[in-house]
Amino acid sequence: MTTAEDTRRGAGHRPGRDPAPAGRRAWRGETRWAYVFLLPWLIGLLVFQLGPMVASLVLSFTSYDLIGGARFEGLGNYRRMLEDPKVARAVGNTVLYTVLHVPLAAVLALGLALLLNRVTGRAAGAFRTIFYLPSMTPYVAVGVLFLFLLNGQAGVINSFLALFGVSGPQWTTDPDWILAGIVLMSLWNLGSTTVILFAALRNVPRELTEAALIDGAGPWQRFRSVTLPMISSAVFFVVIVNTIAALQMFDQVYTMFFGSQSAQQTSGDAALFYVVYLFQQAFQYLHMGYASALAWVLFLVIAVITLIQVRVGRRFVYYEAEEHPG
Amino acid sequence: MTTLDRPRGPAEATRPADGVGRGTRRVLFLTLLAAASVIFLYPFVWLVVASLKPRDRTFADPFLPWPAPFAPGNYAAVWDAAPVLTWLVNSVVVGVAAALAVTLSSAFVAFGFAYFRFPGRGVLFGSVLATMMLPAAVTLVPTYLIWNSAGLTGTQVPLWAGNLFGSAFYIFLLRQFLLGLPRYVFEAARVDGATYLDLFWRIALPLARPALIIAFIFELKASWFDLMKPLIYLRDPALFTLPRGLKAIVDQFYQGGDPKWEIVLAAAVITTLPLILVFFLGQRHFVQGIATTGRRG
Repeated sequence: MTTAEDTRRGAGHRPGRDPAPAGRRAWRGETRWAYVFLLPWLIGLLVFQLGPMVASLVLSFTSYDLIGGARFEGLGNYRRMLEDPKVARAVGNTVLYTVLHVPLAAVLALGLALLLNRVTGRAAGAFRTIFYLPSMTPYVAVGVLFLFLLNGQAGVINSFLALFGVSGPQWTTDPDWILAGIVLMSLWNLGSTTVILFAALRNVPRELTEAALIDGAGPWQRFRSVTLPMISSAVFFVVIVNTIAALQMFDQVYTMFFGSQSAQQTSGDAALFYVVYLFQQAFQYLHMGYASALAWVLFLVIAVITLIQVRVGRRFVYYEAEEHPG
Repeated sequence: MTTLDRPRGPAEATRPADGVGRGTRRVLFLTLLAAASVIFLYPFVWLVVASLKPRDRTFADPFLPWPAPFAPGNYAAVWDAAPVLTWLVNSVVVGVAAALAVTLSSAFVAFGFAYFRFPGRGVLFGSVLATMMLPAAVTLVPTYLIWNSAGLTGTQVPLWAGNLFGSAFYIFLLRQFLLGLPRYVFEAARVDGATYLDLFWRIALPLARPALIIAFIFELKASWFDLMKPLIYLRDPALFTLPRGLKAIVDQFYQGGDPKWEIVLAAAVITTLPLILVFFLGQRHFVQGIATTGRRG
């Protein structure tokens, strides 16, 4: 059905025709074709994004357990969230994890990237590969691996501490240490952050640091006043992206501490993260309405963070002209 | 095309030869990097070594970088304990379906945005960018209800079929790439009577190969990582993917009266290894993709 019409329209592009009517006809045809190409995405947008978002908002005002119909509850779910001690615990854990993980990851990854930038060449490529490898390990496997590494009795980490006469904590069972263990695990995964920061460092014009050197700036001054401002957009980007990811932590924690009775009993709520709780409410207790309310609050928080990214990013961060698409 | 094939920074090309003081400093930096590498690599070493030791030696000699005594039979024991081979095949099938679906559909949509000028383009492309920040958790419940009412829960379809409609990040990536292609290539083909579908299939797709490979590898990895969707949609262990299967193995064998650590560890190795291989095969694309797009791996 398309071929004949297409060839005709193709003719519209041929030079030597009267440009105005032919152009207009082609333009109309082009518009139609443009929307043909956009169609999959438009369907997906309606069916898998806008539709579900609205549905999720509506559901958040109801109680719905898949079996009976949905019952309208007004703001009941949101009120319940405020009183639910598990929500408080999950928010506390998630925020504490984010506040610990994001700055530590940024600083450590920046340190690695600075080192890589000083050696460059083949060696830098090899080290970059090594630093990236943990990021290629599926999160379930990471969770499994760290259950062993963090084992309080005989894990590698406590064995290492024992070399210095330190008796390490029960990382996977002591509620006071579980979150610390999770942060430690998260810092094994610095690969992409390092790669992004390293790429940014390599784009810093060498003339700038050399000019600062000639002006007598020390290493710290050169870093603070030249390098850091030049890579500020990358640092800012990494912090925001890591924050959004940290708020949605699920796979590793769920693997280590949830899903089986025994695992859950040992950890209590010490490893309860926000999305873990959302998942439990939705798919273990089938509280679809309550889970939707939890989801919408998360969405609003992430939307605010993204907005800050756009606004603050524009104002305070130095961008190289037209380097950054977002 | 400005972002993907960026030439090496001038810093590297014009870097002067190391002086004497610089030489010693370089050694210091290399030493620090080597120390960091040990920290990042050691968990892998421990995992592989422990997976090759008998159960009662799992935690013994934590710093011995080879298995003693050597117990390769653990890998045979995994095959007996769980349908690991089936899970591996499932992961490959689901991963390739998910990656292929998202790559082709995103390229299709990206071509629409890159080639045509039409009313509403700006707003619509803005919407593509806006959906990038939509956290998956928000649509989790309604998406489940959709697949449930379609009678497809309990099958692998929800694990990849959502990808048939393109994904914002890849649409953005591929559009940027297509915009960098010279337009006269397309116009010349039009003059020769090519249809728009020809333009997409015979010109845009072959030329966009580097970007398509990045999209494919990223999505393959994302699918291989995914735990939540298999947790939600799969009940029958015969349909499990590797991460879901590994989770089942941990739940069954890690704790309780008779832990079988060697099985858990061998299964973890089997889950990890294929992706590491893919990484080494497609490393160039990976690192370039992350560095230029800022996508978290």
